[in-house]
Amino acid sequence: MTLVLAIIAAFTLASAACAFSRRNLIHSALLLILTWAGVAGFYLWAGAEFVAFAQVLIYGGAVSMIVLFAVLLTRRSIVDPIVTPASRSRVAAAMGVGTAVVAVLVAAVLNTSFGPEPVHAPTAEVRQIGFQLMGPQAGSLLVIGVILTIALIGATILAASDRENPRAVGASARSRMGKGELSTAGRRAVLPVHGKDAAS
Amino acid sequence: MNTLQLCLVFSSVLFAIGLMAALARSNAILVLLGIELMLNAANLNFVAFWRFGPASDGATGVIFVLFAIAVAAAEAAIGLALVIAIYRHQKNIRLQEATRLKG
Repeated sequence: MTLVLAIIAAFTLASAACAFSRRNLIHSALLLILTWAGVAGFYLWAGAEFVAFAQVLIYGGAVSMIVLFAVLLTRRSIVDPIVTPASRSRVAAAMGVGTAVVAVLVAAVLNTSFGPEPVHAPTAEVRQIGFQLMGPQAGSLLVIGVILTIALIGATILAASDRENPRAVGASARSRMGKGELSTAGRRAVLPVHGKDAAS
Repeated sequence: MNTLQLCLVFSSVLFAIGLMAALARSNAILVLLGIELMLNAANLNFVAFWRFGPASDGATGVIFVLFAIAVAAAEAAIGLALVIAIYRHQKNIRLQEATRLKG
């Protein structure tokens, strides 16, 4: 029992540490899928099968795909080449903060007595979870639905490009001109585009 | 050291790895992934207390984790959309250079 937990924990932590020490963003994203799979393995080990499969579907399937698309859409080069003295000192400070947080948390966990473990393990069958969600937690379920809807509409609006619609860009640039300021972006949008700009 | 404490130590280390990533990396996507990892560590704690805690009843911890996963998914979608919007304005997603809210 404990050996399995140790294996899952070692796998998860090693893949997470590797993911954040790579310079290649795609390697980081792919290693993080392994981390999320390790967390799903922990849920399976703890007896929460429904959560484990939700984790695999949501993180392994959806979030990892969004992350990969974001990496591919925003990269200039795959590797992050800039290593400055400032970034080195920031990494050192982050390591210090992380070590301090681990020390405090582990000391607090080890010095707390949590009482006896339950005699028989609690179960969470899908049927039971369904009754809970539709009965006592129905209000929370509605709120979560509203949050997800608003978040998806907001994400679409934020990520949707308005460059394809010249009339909208021209209108926003005209309103900026009316206020007496014309940013470089507005000027680029108003003037006819040639060459490199047209390609972008 | 009983099983609950082992699980909590595991999730503490996972949380710290996410925290270090969020503080150390300058790429906005990696910072978001660090935050996701911290949320995952919190979910681990919910499941650990549900399974090994002294007074666990029903499926409370599991339902809490489900809601937390839903909110984390919404947060990831919004965050990555913001990253793409920032990239469109300044062709670059380094957080040090994202110093203006105005486009």
